[in-house]
Amino acid sequence: MKRIRILFFIFLFLFLTGCHGSKEMKEFVVPEEFDTSKAYEITFWAKNDTNKMQTAIYEQAIADFNKLYPNITINLRLYTDYGKIYNDVITNISTNTTPNVCITYPDHIATYLTGANSVVSLDELFTDEKYGFGGSELHYDAPAKEELIPQFLEECVIDGHYYAIPYMRSTEACYVNKTFVEALGYTLPKVLTWDFVWEVSEAATKQDREGNYLLNGQKVMIPFIYKSTDNMMIQMLKQSGGTYSTENGKIQIFNDTTKELLYTIAEHTKTGAFSTFKISSYPANFLNAGQCVFAIDSTAGSTWMGTDAPLSDISADKIVEFETAVMTIPQFDPANPQMISQGPSICIFNKEDSGEVLASWLFAQYLLTNEVQIAYAQTEGYVPVTSKAQNSAVYQDYLDGSGVDNEVHYEVKMKASELVLENIGNTFVTPVFNGSASLRDAAGQMIENTTKSVRRKEEINDAYFEKLFAEMSSLYRLDPKQSVSAVIGKRELGSLPVASAILLATLAGIWFFMGVYVIYGIRKKKKH
Amino acid sequence: MKKLFALVLSFSLVLSLAGCAGGSNADVNKKSEGVMTYAEYMAAELDAKVVVETFVQAKQSWWDNKATVYTQDMDGAYFLYSMACSAEDYEKLTQGTKIRVTGYKSEWAGEVEIVDATFEILDGNYIAKASDATKWLGTEELIHHQNEFVAFKGLTVEAAGQDADGKDVAFLYNWDGSGEDGDDLYFKASLNGETYTFTVESFLCDNTTEVYQAVKNLQIGDSVDMEGFLYWYEGVNPHITSVTVK
Repeated sequence: MKRIRILFFIFLFLFLTGCHGSKEMKEFVVPEEFDTSKAYEITFWAKNDTNKMQTAIYEQAIADFNKLYPNITINLRLYTDYGKIYNDVITNISTNTTPNVCITYPDHIATYLTGANSVVSLDELFTDEKYGFGGSELHYDAPAKEELIPQFLEECVIDGHYYAIPYMRSTEACYVNKTFVEALGYTLPKVLTWDFVWEVSEAATKQDREGNYLLNGQKVMIPFIYKSTDNMMIQMLKQSGGTYSTENGKIQIFNDTTKELLYTIAEHTKTGAFSTFKISSYPANFLNAGQCVFAIDSTAGSTWMGTDAPLSDISADKIVEFETAVMTIPQFDPANPQMISQGPSICIFNKEDSGEVLASWLFAQYLLTNEVQIAYAQTEGYVPVTSKAQNSAVYQDYLDGSGVDNEVHYEVKMKASELVLENIGNTFVTPVFNGSASLRDAAGQMIENTTKSVRRKEEINDAYFEKLFAEMSSLYRLDPKQSVSAVIGKRELGSLPVASAILLATLAGIWFFMGVYVIYGIRKKKKH
Repeated sequence: MKKLFALVLSFSLVLSLAGCAGGSNADVNKKSEGVMTYAEYMAAELDAKVVVETFVQAKQSWWDNKATVYTQDMDGAYFLYSMACSAEDYEKLTQGTKIRVTGYKSEWAGEVEIVDATFEILDGNYIAKASDATKWLGTEELIHHQNEFVAFKGLTVEAAGQDADGKDVAFLYNWDGSGEDGDDLYFKASLNGETYTFTVESFLCDNTTEVYQAVKNLQIGDSVDMEGFLYWYEGVNPHITSVTVK
């Protein structure tokens, strides 16, 4: 498996747009009719989780859609990580060569919107009588707008407009080696807490004189591994009441709560109780080899977790027998659990030909039909984004079959899906603004840097964190004193130049005198 | 007399060239003060700061001022992951270029590498010849040559998986066939009843390279010689740079 690189391309994007000066697209207007006699070629950039089932579902969806709309050809391009899609999109915006339809995250769309009219606002399309959700002219059984889970749909609102539709939703889960927890003399609580996870993790670090861990008899044991440290910091802050950012993009992450959280992480890194994916490797590999107690990863990574996982990167002889518990991520307040909502959304890029944009929308909306939603949700610990799919007999039958096999009904995956369904009301998303992707990167990088520094025996103290905050602020251009961008898609231009102010004042004066003249004229007429 | 003179001259020239080559190798592998030998590097603990002098053998990728590079000296190999590197400097890292690298020893999924590194270009040049690793397959010896440029000879191509119709295929796009042209290629080859997985890393050798095309043309049962870098991911996972069907 190729190691995923986390890339930072906002600067590249700004550079490219600055250099090439991408041509501003005209605003998309929904055509009266869709021309079924005209051939359209649509490019669809999709992401799969290195899962051939997902690839097959995309291909099947394209083939089925093409039967319904023979004049629309869909060209699929597959990616295995969001960062690469993001990179390619921002590179292509500058040359007006974006795909038509693209799997993405709202954070990324906020950056795409820096290119004027590059991403289509979907407000009009949603409600279009013929081609909108459940429209009269659609060739397939699409969901009505009311059938999209409202919370998921709201995540696609940026600056008061819909710029995406949700495609799949997941959250993070803690995959626990329950056998190990009990071997250490603990009983899993109903809801995991951070205190519990840290305490058990510390207990798992005990070694004999030869350096073998008492818990597994092996030389390797990382009791607690976190895949996405971005999410770790974001969720810890949310749960503990710490600040992250305001809705309009004011950066608030560099605070005392963040520092305290990092001190705690450093303390448990020092004892060998904690590590991260970027530093060590995939949590699933350690979990399945009996070298980890708590592995936190997306519910969309559930098919890799557990003794009988259908997907594995380690050889069969390294996999150990254990019972896997699928739990919500640790909480500071177990009575009020909070976890991030994540998963792919779909956006549509603007083109000169409005018919081409409409063709893109028809395909994007097709991905919300029950056939596609249910099939894709079954590939991982995802849930469909429509109540139409969630409540369908097919999906309910699928959920009822938990554990009957280790493929489609793999128990760990089914539990992960159920965890998402049960916690939709406990999920949250972070504010989306131009720069929110950078803030997210910085949130994770602070954990990565602190963890690395501890391992390298650097001193961790207040001065260290002052320096770290300054570095992150500079590297990701996150100035806590001002908003990254208060208004999506528009530039903050600062105070008005004097000449412009004079010109505007003059224009206002002329309009004022014209108004006075018109009113004077009307009154004069009335008098006569 | 002329013949004898010519013979003596030729013999002297051969000797001097051989001497030069030997002296050059010794000089090239000489470490500056404060620089670790390969043995010292291997003995260093994980997360320790390391300084090595090594030679670029191949470049995998450059992103966002970070380069990933396969390097080797005469004693062993050093994989440099995501090393700080400008676009201009990346162009200078041609095969054989000598560099001094300062970074941290790390291990990711079994791959021992240098991370968070910086480098400077030095005088000197060395291109490693592929060591024959065929005899090390399936032995403890293999991991001692991690990241080295190696050769595998006389292996037999096995089925890498099945296509959508359930038919055996000789290679897959991505490890499970979920990818498409341009992605990593995975294929399997066996020796003495044991089967090993090999990868054409698309960042190292993209779909325009000979090796990428060669692997796409493999047939199950082909006997092949291969060269590549002895990369590790949860076990040996060579990054193949050439394949010859015999």
